[in-house]
Amino acid sequence: MSEAMPDTPQFSTANKQKIVELLTRYPRSQGALIPVLWLAQDQFGWLSTPVMELVAAELKLSVTSVLATAMFYTMLYKKPHGRFHVQICTNVSCYLRGSDDIVAMAREVLGIEPGQTSSDGLFTLEEVQCLCACERAPTLQINQDDYFRVTPESLRELLTNLQTVGAKLGPRPGWVDEALAGHGSHEHGGHHHA
Amino acid sequence: MPEHRLLLRRHLGVDFTKLENYLKHGGFKMWAKALELGPDGVTAEVKASGLRGRGGAGFPTGMKWGFLPKDNRPRYLVVNADEGEPGTFKDRYFLEEDPFRQLEGILLGAYAINAHTCYIYIRGEYWNSKNVTEDAIQQLYKANWLGKNIQGSGFDLDVYVHSGAGAYICGEETALIESIEGKPGMPRLKPPFPANIGVFSMPTIVNNTETLAAVPVILEMGAQAWSDLGSPRNGGTKLVGVAGHVKNPGLFEVPMGTPMREIIYELGGGILDDREILAVIPGGSSCPFLTKDEIDVAMDFDALKTKGSMLGTACITVIAEGTDLIKVMGRVAKFYQHESCGQCTPCRQGTGWLHAIAQKLDQGAAGEEAIDLLIDACNQIDGNTICAHGEAAAWPIRSIAKKFRPQLEAAIRARLAAA
Repeated sequence: MSEAMPDTPQFSTANKQKIVELLTRYPRSQGALIPVLWLAQDQFGWLSTPVMELVAAELKLSVTSVLATAMFYTMLYKKPHGRFHVQICTNVSCYLRGSDDIVAMAREVLGIEPGQTSSDGLFTLEEVQCLCACERAPTLQINQDDYFRVTPESLRELLTNLQTVGAKLGPRPGWVDEALAGHGSHEHGGHHHA
Repeated sequence: MPEHRLLLRRHLGVDFTKLENYLKHGGFKMWAKALELGPDGVTAEVKASGLRGRGGAGFPTGMKWGFLPKDNRPRYLVVNADEGEPGTFKDRYFLEEDPFRQLEGILLGAYAINAHTCYIYIRGEYWNSKNVTEDAIQQLYKANWLGKNIQGSGFDLDVYVHSGAGAYICGEETALIESIEGKPGMPRLKPPFPANIGVFSMPTIVNNTETLAAVPVILEMGAQAWSDLGSPRNGGTKLVGVAGHVKNPGLFEVPMGTPMREIIYELGGGILDDREILAVIPGGSSCPFLTKDEIDVAMDFDALKTKGSMLGTACITVIAEGTDLIKVMGRVAKFYQHESCGQCTPCRQGTGWLHAIAQKLDQGAAGEEAIDLLIDACNQIDGNTICAHGEAAAWPIRSIAKKFRPQLEAAIRARLAAA
């Protein structure tokens, strides 16, 4: 595995302090697991095997239990994601209000299909389940921001702007183009830009 | 207009995310009353009000609190703010716009059940809700409305936001408990019930956000006045949503038992382009669909049962004539397949079958006999799983297959003809 690698992940000082505080909230350390996985994802971009090993060590849990939990939750990323995670609701309320046209526009502007990440690491496109703002459908979420009453034209403008912003920001930390890196790339480390 | 606003107060134009504004409008006044009543008195008042859980199941809240064993183990209050039922958008209001109402309810509820730790489980996608609620909690700690010896009362309470991470099933209370414990959100077998063995194996009460937000209102107006507002056995007011094909989609508050037709046509403004109604989902997509002839029903827990459906979250989705029900069914089936936790075979496999059949129908690759196959698959899921997720998938799809058969058959014929 990766412990000998020069870029073995380490939590930042701020995150280490946060973990100490989180552990006071729960009578068992596993209670802090999901909160700590959120911190890890925020710092490292996604939950690679070395990152999950780090979390396991930090909370004194088995790697298996960390993996089992991480695998269960869709918002915990088990592979690299784009800088902008474009999540379009296609459930009933948004479908009734034209979400198919919203998805079509996203595919056209980004040139990728739902479930894919652009090769520059800037965009991941995904159809998601109900975001529970149905009175303002159609809705979508990009990273932590909600967008309501979206139209194909407003989405084109939004994504075009993000393409410009993204060109300056570059991908997330931990970005690996899986198509180039091949299988098990994260086992070799070496891709952390943090 | 049938609105009756006690909880929903956007119209005041006040920023209720600031504690000073919440206090100015009567916030936390019920704490003194709670201390006067004592824990059992608060529970008795909630019991007398007949308040039923606003998460969808409608279980009497005071009775639930009364299930806690009389022992000295630490107790937990857990708030179910994992709003995710497709079509629903009511708890978001409290979490984002009026967070102290829920937090006052938490203080009163925790006092009533003698809990000193509360976790608010907010769905992962609700970033704004998490931020606003967390900020409100910090304001309360600073003002000694949380923490040690609250307002000199000797009562201690810590409240923490626990974020979900994208799993609808965690709205099921035992899955939610597993998730707080850091595990995959797989529902537990009951019994034991959470009131005895809940989070971290301790006695636990799980209440919905809107339920707790109603507690200060009930203490203020009195149990009798609250229960007088609704229909028999369905006391109080309820947040109701209207979305889908209506002219004025939005969130409203009405006395329980308000006619559904009034909510759709008066509050919701009627149907887009003045079309006819094709179908109505009363309170989230796990409720059996109603036809346009079934909407003369009171919006409460018991009346909707008599129509073979459920009040659910009381957020109504209106589907207008001309909508392709095969597409709608496909979205419903895809959702429940995606969100099945996978531990029970009938649900894991059955929801996959429902989605696969719906896809075949949509592709014009299945005939009318597939409708019977759908019903058969639903029957095999129903009643055969640990939690209600299986029924949540089977009931709405079976209702479409049975009640809307002519529309489905027409849509199937059109696809076969085009193919």
